[in-house]
Amino acid sequence: MKLTLKIWRQKSTDTEGRLVDYVVDKISEDMSFLEMLDVLNEDLIKKGEDPVTFDHDCREGICGTCSLYINGRPHGPTRITTCQLHMRTFKDGETITIEPWRAKAFPVVKDLMVNRSSFDRIIQAGGYVSVNTGSARDANETPIGKEIADEAFNSATCIACGACVAACKNASAMLFVGAKISQLAMLPQGQPERKRRAEAMVAQMDAEGFGACSNTMACVAECPKSISMANIVSLNREYIGAKLTSNQV
Amino acid sequence: MNWVNSLLGSNIGRKLVMALTGLFLISFLFVHLSGNFLLLSNDAGAKFNAYSRFMSTAGIIRVLEIVLVAGFLIHIYTAVVLTRKNASRRPGGYAAGNKTPGVSWFSKNMGLTGSLILVFLILHLRTFYFEYHYGTIRQVYYQEQSQGEMATKVKLTVLEEGQIPPSGVDVYKDMAYIAHEAFQSPLYIIAYTIAFILLGAHLIHGFQSAFQTLGFEHKKYSPLISALSWIIGVGVPLGFTIIPVLMKLLNPLYANQ
Ligand code: HEM
Ligand code: FES
Repeated sequence: MKLTLKIWRQKSTDTEGRLVDYVVDKISEDMSFLEMLDVLNEDLIKKGEDPVTFDHDCREGICGTCSLYINGRPHGPTRITTCQLHMRTFKDGETITIEPWRAKAFPVVKDLMVNRSSFDRIIQAGGYVSVNTGSARDANETPIGKEIADEAFNSATCIACGACVAACKNASAMLFVGAKISQLAMLPQGQPERKRRAEAMVAQMDAEGFGACSNTMACVAECPKSISMANIVSLNREYIGAKLTSNQV
Repeated sequence: MNWVNSLLGSNIGRKLVMALTGLFLISFLFVHLSGNFLLLSNDAGAKFNAYSRFMSTAGIIRVLEIVLVAGFLIHIYTAVVLTRKNASRRPGGYAAGNKTPGVSWFSKNMGLTGSLILVFLILHLRTFYFEYHYGTIRQVYYQEQSQGEMATKVKLTVLEEGQIPPSGVDVYKDMAYIAHEAFQSPLYIIAYTIAFILLGAHLIHGFQSAFQTLGFEHKKYSPLISALSWIIGVGVPLGFTIIPVLMKLLNPLYANQ
């Protein structure tokens, strides 16, 4: 396959960036999107040019590190991570526009790589349960119904890739935050810190500069892990409930 | 009271305000619509004018009117704050735009549909509210006339300037005539229809969105709420816009004057 790529190049956070055209040839349909970019980068290195910086790690769809806003959609035309996107999804001769995730809370580090540590700070604000360490406890010590366990697990499958923020017109992080809040609100282990968690995580989400939710559900449509809208609704309920009833005045 | 500020200043808190005021405005819309149906009574506007007088004089309604104005102002103010803040969350935007499929146009354009509703609202207040309270609206009184057998018919008399009405009759400001006049203008009808289509678009997303914002979701009831959104979003505009048409058909009294 021969493709024209329009790739966002930006030297650093504080410099202006722009789209630059590249042509790649002899791309196999069986390559992943990231492997296609590897081919481009090897070419660029041979020519003595600066290779394109992009995030990646596991390349098997589980870590959430890869990103890329491809042809107007996070992770490209399908609902899987970019590392799992294959070139057969594209047509020979096609022009592909590749941009970084864009959000005030995700500043560009270089080219297509953005800084998603705002997500880490939200989790640090309350996306955990506090337990005393010691010897491992029995796995079935606290009974949890199958339905709840499944629902909580579904929420826990969020890989924090940020596609939800990238897709949202308001660059809102409600789906990401909602997944963690609902997961822990459903489980007995999450109860002691439930209200404090909701208040702290939302405060951090707002402080990081993410937008409000307009319930357009673009995030849900793009989530590679199929995190559902129920997580956002639950976040609203948890946060409003916590604000109205917690002892935090 | 720190917690109140922190709730109302949060992204979720602002949406909570939008949802509560939005649902309140919807309840008002139903009251307004049911009142408008009085225009269809073939009585030269007698019932509608009595209703208009009640709505603009009764104490409880005057209090509710203040609540309503506050509801509108809070909804609009919060809409401006939210929309501006949200727009600043992605400076620059995407060169390729956003091509996520399955995202409803209604949900992405609440600010646009809302702003256009506001333009119509101002025009609407000028035509009706302002005219009723401060305009040179004509005064009328009604007298019952026996017609043959048992049937009675209402006779409408327009009060001339300086004319003193016969004792014992109630004089009304003829709001029904203002409505009739407004609907004579094709321009007004077009604006009116467009405004209601926009309002419908606002509500098709707004109604269900408000429940999501309030944290309500249930396998049994959420599909019902989605369906209701469409019923309200289509039904309410249809109700309002069909009134001028039905008025011509069912209430020909004015046409003969
Ligand atoms: C007068 C001008 C109006 C403006 C400028 C306006 C603006 C807006 C905006 C921007 C939103 C969405 C906020 C967001 O989620 O991003 C919204 C939501 C809403 N509006 Fe309005 N609106 C107006 C009038 C109305 C009227 C007349 C009604 C009802 C009769 C209404 C009912 C609602 C409802 C139910 C919502 C949903 C709240 C939610 O998403 O939780 N609005 N409005
Ligand atoms: S690189 Fe790990 S999910 Fe794509």
